[in-house]
Amino acid sequence: MVKLSTTDVSHIAKLANLKLTKAQTEKYKEQLSAVLTYFDELNEVDTKNTEPTSQTTGLTNVTREDVLNPNQTLSVEEALSGTDKIKNNYFSVPAILNKE
Amino acid sequence: MKLPKTIQETKDGLKKKQFSAVELVDSYLERIKKYNPELNAFITVSEEKAYEDAKRIGSSSLDRPLSGVVVAYKDLFLTKGIRTTAASSVLSDYRPSYSATVVKRLEEAGAICIGKTNCDAWAHGASGENSDFGVTKNPWNREYVPGGSSSGSAVSVAAALSLIATGTDTGGSIRQPASFCNVVGFKPTYGAVSRYGVVAMSSSLDSIGHFTRTVSDARTVFNITKGGDGLDATLSQAREHGKKNHFTIGIPKEYFADGLDSQVEEKILEAIEVYKKKGIKFKQVSLPMTKYAISIYYIIQPAEVSSNLGRYDAVRYGSGRSAFGQEAVRRIMLGTYVLSSGYYDAYYLKALKVRSKIITELDQTFKGVDALIAPVSPTGPFKLGEKVSDPLSMYLSDVYTVTGNIAGIPGISIPAGFTQQGLPIGFQLMGPRFSEETLFNLGEIYQSETDFHLMEPKI
Repeated sequence: MVKLSTTDVSHIAKLANLKLTKAQTEKYKEQLSAVLTYFDELNEVDTKNTEPTSQTTGLTNVTREDVLNPNQTLSVEEALSGTDKIKNNYFSVPAILNKE
Repeated sequence: MKLPKTIQETKDGLKKKQFSAVELVDSYLERIKKYNPELNAFITVSEEKAYEDAKRIGSSSLDRPLSGVVVAYKDLFLTKGIRTTAASSVLSDYRPSYSATVVKRLEEAGAICIGKTNCDAWAHGASGENSDFGVTKNPWNREYVPGGSSSGSAVSVAAALSLIATGTDTGGSIRQPASFCNVVGFKPTYGAVSRYGVVAMSSSLDSIGHFTRTVSDARTVFNITKGGDGLDATLSQAREHGKKNHFTIGIPKEYFADGLDSQVEEKILEAIEVYKKKGIKFKQVSLPMTKYAISIYYIIQPAEVSSNLGRYDAVRYGSGRSAFGQEAVRRIMLGTYVLSSGYYDAYYLKALKVRSKIITELDQTFKGVDALIAPVSPTGPFKLGEKVSDPLSMYLSDVYTVTGNIAGIPGISIPAGFTQQGLPIGFQLMGPRFSEETLFNLGEIYQSETDFHLMEPKI
């Protein structure tokens, strides 16, 4: 049985860069607790000697030559076409550093 | 004009001049205008592009593998210059500056792009109801869901609004709506078809497949979309599985236990009888680990979702994070939690280990059988609104499909008849990695003995 607290939910929302209303926080608290409780069944499985699988291709370290492919490049206009927050041909982004 | 039902009929009709490519587009657009306002299968209809593609198909270019074939793309596939929304308000104005590999390949093969189909936003859902562009309705009965997440693509093929349609399958999002709409839904081996230019949901599970009316057409489309493009590092060449004439299919006993609707079970047993008459052998198998598939799927998938949706911050394109709908928020929250400090080992790492156990169990099983037969969904189509307020019950409807994604194996859903209410039911075949040929061969055998796939909804 998993019971998330309001603080837990607010902490997760902060990590995920999401702003939740009080009502949303309460709703997700209930719904996520129910789903997490369902996962308790995994405790039945003995995985002491099992390696994890993160992907199924069997491939490792797939690389390519570090060369420019002219068919795979976008013009400045194309690259900026999805946004209107542009300054001097660059994306204008929210500041993340303080002035000091 | 009578619309063609297969790729071959399309090409023959063009060659014999029964219709021109432009007339084909006229007919499909006419149907879309008539039926889409209610079915809501399309988010964007690309009329201009469709006529442009059609006009390029002159008499000299009728020999390409998909000449004149009208295709609809799930709105997760980037189409250069044509709005691509992932059915989310976050991307409601996004116009990609390049096309997905699959889109490019189908276009080069002569296909005509008719539009972009509705789906659960970011492909999160099993009913089509999570779209920020309104729900899609099942053409067999508009009070029922068409399944999801590739809801619009399944409806588009079922209601003859396009001949074929693309989809993505992360936990059943092609196979389940195909089964709810009476069309063929094909999910390839993970790493067989490029994901380049397709909005990412869960990167270790996403597979790129398609909807068709026949298994034979599913094979034709796969032969065009598969193979490396130098842009998706997970791709590998299919290993040849020598031609076989004698097949043994496994019946996983856990898949026919509690929770399976009796009408669904009956249709699958009938399909088994069809196969037995054709000399195909069946064998009971046991997959005890797959009972945990749903749990580990709903750990791994939201974890990868929370990472993939982290990029949507309205800097390079799209709207801010407040534009995410409630299912996306739910999955981002769940994924962030299972990856967070203190819980990573208990949930995420544990899930990856149980994933290994499921794969080992399947590998062992496939030493004794060529394929598995299974239900696609525990029930037939359910009513609109029935599960929206209960996410856990919605998640549980993926129980028979997620194993295929966890193990990265191919699967195909094939129309198998109708419930007493007249709603479609499909059955599923799964095989080992890169066993697509076997699945297509088995699917073709079934369709040569049955005609469920030729039945059309009265719309």
